[in-house]
Amino acid sequence: MELFTDYTLRNVTLGSMLLGAISGLLGCFAVLRRQALLGDAMSHAALPGIALAFLLTGQRDPFTLLLGAAIAALVAALWLLAIVRTSRIKDDAALALILAVFFGFGLVLLSYVQRQPTAAQAGLKSFLFGQAAALVERDLWAMLAIGGPALALIAIFWPQVKLISFDPDVARSLGLPVRRFEVLLTGVLVAAIVIGLQTVGVVLMSAMLIAPAVAARQWTNRLETMVLLAAGFGALAAFIGAWISAQGERLATGPVIVLAMSALTAISLLIAPERGLLWRRWRLMRQWQIGNGE
Amino acid sequence: MLTPQLEVQLIAVIIAAACALPGVFLVLRRMAMLSDAISHTVLLGIVLAYLISNSLASPLLFVGTAAMGVITVWLVEMVSGSRLVREDAAIGLVFPALFSIAVLLISRYTGNIHLDTDSVLLGELAFAPFDRIELLGIDLPRALIFGGGALILNAILLALFYKELKLATFDPALAATLGFSPAIIHYGLMTSVSLTAVTAFDAVGSILVIALMVAPPATAYLLTDRLPRMIGLSVAIGVAAALSGYWVARWFDVSIAGAMATMAGIGFGAAWLFAPQRGIVAQALQHRSRRERFAVQMLTLHLLNHESTGDAAIECHPRHLIEELRWPPAFANAIVRRAEQSGLVRRQGDVLCLTEQGRALARDL
Amino acid sequence: MAFAVEIEDLTVAYGDKPALWDVDLRVPQGVLMAIVGPNGAGKTTLLKATLGLIKPAAGSVRIHGQPYEQQRRLVAYVPQRSSVDWDFPTTVLDVVMMGRYGQLGWLRRPGRAEREAALAALEQVQMADFAHRQIGQLSGGQQQRVFLARALAQNAEVYFMDEPFQGVDAVTERAIIHVLRKLRAAGKTVVVVHHDLQTVPEYFDQVALINVRRIAAGPVREVFTEANLRATYGGRVALLGANGSAGAVTTPTPAPGD
Ligand SMILES: Nc1ncnc2c1ncn2[C@@H]1O[C@H](COP(=O)(O)OP(=O)(O)O)[C@@H](O)[C@H]1O
Ligand SMILES: [Mg+2]
Repeated sequence: MELFTDYTLRNVTLGSMLLGAISGLLGCFAVLRRQALLGDAMSHAALPGIALAFLLTGQRDPFTLLLGAAIAALVAALWLLAIVRTSRIKDDAALALILAVFFGFGLVLLSYVQRQPTAAQAGLKSFLFGQAAALVERDLWAMLAIGGPALALIAIFWPQVKLISFDPDVARSLGLPVRRFEVLLTGVLVAAIVIGLQTVGVVLMSAMLIAPAVAARQWTNRLETMVLLAAGFGALAAFIGAWISAQGERLATGPVIVLAMSALTAISLLIAPERGLLWRRWRLMRQWQIGNGE
Repeated sequence: MLTPQLEVQLIAVIIAAACALPGVFLVLRRMAMLSDAISHTVLLGIVLAYLISNSLASPLLFVGTAAMGVITVWLVEMVSGSRLVREDAAIGLVFPALFSIAVLLISRYTGNIHLDTDSVLLGELAFAPFDRIELLGIDLPRALIFGGGALILNAILLALFYKELKLATFDPALAATLGFSPAIIHYGLMTSVSLTAVTAFDAVGSILVIALMVAPPATAYLLTDRLPRMIGLSVAIGVAAALSGYWVARWFDVSIAGAMATMAGIGFGAAWLFAPQRGIVAQALQHRSRRERFAVQMLTLHLLNHESTGDAAIECHPRHLIEELRWPPAFANAIVRRAEQSGLVRRQGDVLCLTEQGRALARDL
Repeated sequence: MAFAVEIEDLTVAYGDKPALWDVDLRVPQGVLMAIVGPNGAGKTTLLKATLGLIKPAAGSVRIHGQPYEQQRRLVAYVPQRSSVDWDFPTTVLDVVMMGRYGQLGWLRRPGRAEREAALAALEQVQMADFAHRQIGQLSGGQQQRVFLARALAQNAEVYFMDEPFQGVDAVTERAIIHVLRKLRAAGKTVVVVHHDLQTVPEYFDQVALINVRRIAAGPVREVFTEANLRATYGGRVALLGANGSAGAVTTPTPAPGD
């Protein structure tokens, strides 16, 4: 178990697991509220925020960069909502447009940064695909500092969050401030994305939000269980991914984690009791056999 | 011969036009996010074809990537067809998985060939003129030939199947009853998107493919209601974004593909704000006059509803409008005056009455 | 007469397009009122604007004599069944308990009191046996009864229901109408968007005919006439009875999904 004893490996493993758990849990609300791809758009949109934060402050400490990422992602989300609300552009086109434009602008800024003669610029590019291997203890604390409050907010307002995710109209008729909760849930999603940027990068971050939620949904019919399971799946996939990528060279941690998570999801979609495709087919065959036997 | 600079611009223009054509239908059919998925997963097609043929120029590349685009769409439909996952989540499941495989294959097996993950996202447009092949005895950049091929192919497909595409986009049910298979049209469009993505991919990167497929048609959609005009505008806007992006990138010495995507976004933002009828500014201007027209209509209707009932003396008093319709006094007075001036209502003592003209208007509402 | 609901001059527009024009509607306390009108007439819009879910362009709503904002506690809303995702991971009991969340306060969790209120409400719609089922496993009629139970759990004075009889089985229809009559007997007021003209006289005391504007409203036997229906539906109403009396009408083009 040198995954937990070796200092670098421990940071990588723990950091990835932390990310998997937090994003898995928070991603559930994005998936249930039909905003699965919002996470994708926002994680791409974080890139110019990272570059701008670096350009403006010259710092490469995680808090500064992640704050920049969070602000850019929020701006993107707000513009997206404004586009859909005020024009005939539907959400699919708005998502793709925001994603590509913000990311393109991020690339412009990155290429500008790259020409700067400072040594500190190295590593900004790692946000594209993530660089779990570069996680240091400070990054783990940053993850906890961002993810902790997000999880706490969800826990505090659990009944309200649940009702609003299921039936916002009735929530409003009961007098809940639905708009404010929607902002809260978007903010929480931003927190999850920001946490994942260093490890899996902007391109693959959406998988860490969507896949654990989809996998967890197959095994349970209760939201409480689902969010905990999603956190567990996320952490498990991160652990497996970190372990596999420690085995060989040139196995980037981010993509391996995403593949591990995809495999867990595929298995869940196939064999989960009651819902799984193979499970249902198996039950059909059993019924057919019983029917024929009599 | 063209200078490399001109060649780069020509390539960008051709790719922008080639992307805009299928992009119009992606936007209209609400499938824009499939371009995100496809433009990522064609990388896997490229890698697999490369691993098999050991070349980045073999025809297998096109077959492989077109197939991968179609497989992506098919996988998304299979996952969402299971009814266990909604379509948006299905997209978000499928393409990161395929893209991860591609990234791992690249870093593990292809060593330091020209295929690396950065250029996948960014493209290497500035280097495109140096990768040349000969066609019919003329020495041309490979990206120019491939991009031109995609443009010609898309234009031909559009010309041949315009009617079917239009019908399947605006009335899929009718198209099906008329015998056009929606599935064939759908997969045909997706093949075209994949092929365009792969030709554009190498030169401009996957992100710019999305930007060029979605932003110009979305911009055009804010400017016109007619399909032929939307197609033409999309091409023009894409070309403008490509050229302006190129010059911005040269000016500031930054990523060309990124600058083009940024310019496409700025173009969309401008249309979103300033489009003649649908822009935010135009809407705000219309809002005021519409509000007043609306209020006058409301006033006539209100009077009509209460004309015959016994409460006309109360309901039709201007003060009542302030209380019940929740109009601010100044606004209520302005509306009453406007209605009087247009000959829709008149005052009888303290009470407002409809004229014949006002009654006719209210009845028609 | 005391009115449970007083809607005055309600006008709602989606962008440029008015969906409701200057609608006045008064619902006396303790009645069952049907809201009737063709598809797209603005019935759902009327409920949503009344409940503040859509911002009206003009108009006011009073519940039991006070502005709606102060009376939210008195009002329960049963939305159209299709308005939510029935694959949401939650149980029947959970959904019904959500009806109590308005009274819950910020930091309290639903506890035994909420549970018991929910179970009692489920009992009333004959769904107590299903309390721990996942909502996606229910039939359409059962889902509708769960929604009704959630509103009952709110213990409101005025109930607004959007098409509760849409696409439900006969058992559910009887169960719902039974509950509605019990509510009326307890002095509550129920406003129901309804699409089956034939059952209006049997089920309801009052009816409002809506088609963007209010065509007519009042006691069924006064208002539910051929002339009014014609004004509401245009030419799409066919007569069954020759004399054009109330209840003798039906729509030749039944709403899809019936
Ligand atoms: N969110 C919306 N945006 C734009 N138009 C809408 C919206 N909701 C409803 N409408 C339009 O308003 C009209 C009334 O709709 P609705 O109240 O749902 O009718 P009903 O419930 O009587 O069938 C319809 O023409 C509908 O198309
Ligand atoms: Mg309706």
